[in-house]
Amino acid sequence: MEYHLTTPLNKNDIIQLNAGDIVYLTGTVLTARDEAHARILEIEEKGEPLPFNLEGAVIYHCGPLMQQIDNKWHTVAAGPTTSGRMSKMTPPLLEKFNVRALIGKGGMQNVSESLKDKCVYLTYTGGCAALAAISIKNVSNVHWLDLGMPEAVWELDVVEFGPLVVGIDSNGCDLLSDVRENAKQAFSRI
Amino acid sequence: MTHKITKDSVVNATIDILTKAETQLPSDVIDALKQAQIRETSQIAKEQLSAILKNIEIAKEHSIPMCQDTGILVFFVELGRDAHLDFKLEDAIVEGVRRATETIPLRPNAVDPLTRKNTGNNTGIGLPDIKYELVDGDKITITVAPKGAGSENMSAITMLNPTEVDSIRNFILTTVLNAGGMPCPPIIVGVGIGGSFDKAARLAKSALLLDIENNPEKMDERDELERDILNDINSLGIGPMGLGGDTTALAVHIKTAHCHTASLPVAVNIQCWANRHASVTLGGDK
Repeated sequence: MEYHLTTPLNKNDIIQLNAGDIVYLTGTVLTARDEAHARILEIEEKGEPLPFNLEGAVIYHCGPLMQQIDNKWHTVAAGPTTSGRMSKMTPPLLEKFNVRALIGKGGMQNVSESLKDKCVYLTYTGGCAALAAISIKNVSNVHWLDLGMPEAVWELDVVEFGPLVVGIDSNGCDLLSDVRENAKQAFSRI
Repeated sequence: MTHKITKDSVVNATIDILTKAETQLPSDVIDALKQAQIRETSQIAKEQLSAILKNIEIAKEHSIPMCQDTGILVFFVELGRDAHLDFKLEDAIVEGVRRATETIPLRPNAVDPLTRKNTGNNTGIGLPDIKYELVDGDKITITVAPKGAGSENMSAITMLNPTEVDSIRNFILTTVLNAGGMPCPPIIVGVGIGGSFDKAARLAKSALLLDIENNPEKMDERDELERDILNDINSLGIGPMGLGGDTTALAVHIKTAHCHTASLPVAVNIQCWANRHASVTLGGDK
C-alpha cells in the first residue's frame, strides 16, 4: 500500500501502516542525530523546555549538508544517516514525547516495543541526498548549531518526501530484522 | 618540454577531482547498479535501486553531492621519481580541500576524536588522509576517494592464525552479515589479505578503487575466489538498504601482500554504493 501523509501526525495516521508499505510525507521534519538525541534527553531530565515541538513530530536521522546564502539556509544534500546509532536513546525519548515517525536508514535495534501503538520507523534510501534535497522546499529553523552542522536540529519543510518504506510498524513488525534473521539462517547453510 | 607542476595547479586539480568525485559516480558503478535494478526479483529492492539511480542523475545534473556524507577525504598520490616540486605537495592538497569545502560545498566532517570539536573545513591532524606511492616518470597522479562513515564503521580487521586460510571467507561473510543494511548496500567489498596489521587495511581500502569486473571469462584463482564470495554474500538476501533482495554486493575485490610466516592479517573495508573516486595526472610531456 502507498500512503501520502501530512504532519503533524496523529496516532490514526500511523497505526494503519504495515511493514513494507510505502509512505510520502508532506509538512515538517526535524533532523536529529546522536548529539541532538543526547541533548533532548539531557534537557528533558532537567525539566526544561525544548526549543522545538515534538508532539506529533517526525524525527529524521540526518546530518544534512547546508549552505547559508544571504543569511538564509538552503539544503544542499540531506539523505538519511545510520539509525542504529540512535537505537539506545530512542526508547527513553519515545517515553517522554509523542513522536509519531522516525526516518532513517539501516534499521534500529530493540525499539519495536517502544514504537508499539505510537510510532513507526520509516526508511529512506541511504545516500539519496540529492533526491531528498529536491523535496525539501524550505529550511524554517535551526537549533543547536553549536553542535556542528551535521548534529544540529534542522526544521525542514518537505513536500512528498519519499519514497519511504515502513521498516518497523506500530504492531511490532520489523522488516529489516526479519531480513537479518533470514540472512543469518542463509549464512548457517553456507 | 615537461610541464611544470605548480602549487596552484595542484590546488585547482584537487578542487576539480573532489567536485567530480562528489557529484558524479564512475560509470562502472552506475552500470553495475543499472544491471542490478533490471535483475532484481524483489519489488522493494527494485524501487530502492531506482531511487539510487534517480539520485545519481539529479546530483550530476545540478552538480551537487550525491550523498550528504561527503566523507573524510582519502588521497592516493602516485609520485613520479623524476617530478620536481618547489612547494609542499601536502599543503597544496590541504588548501584544495579547504577551498572545495566552501565551493562544492562539502559537509564539514573532521572532528577531534576525543573532544569531538569540528574544525569546520575537513582538515585536521592526519586529515585529509594522503597516501604516497613512488612510481617511475615525472608525473603526479592524484586520486581522491571520499569515504562516508556509514560503510567505514562496518569495516573489520582480524589477525588469523596461519593455518586458518579457509576461515578468510567466513570472516568476510560474517563482516557483511553483521553490517546488514547499515552500510547502504549494495556494497563493494574491499579485502586485504597479508602484509601486516596496517598494510592489510591499506590493501583493502585501495582495492575499492578497482573497476567492477563484469567479465565472466576471466578466470584466474583470485577472480574465482572473488566471484564465489560475491555469490555467497548475495545469497544472504540482505538486499539494497537491508530491506531484502538479490543485490547485497556489487563486487568483491581482493588484494594480497606477502606476510610473516606466523601471521595472516585479513582486513575488510566496506564501501557503500556511492563508490566515489576521481583522478588527475599533472606534469610530464604535454
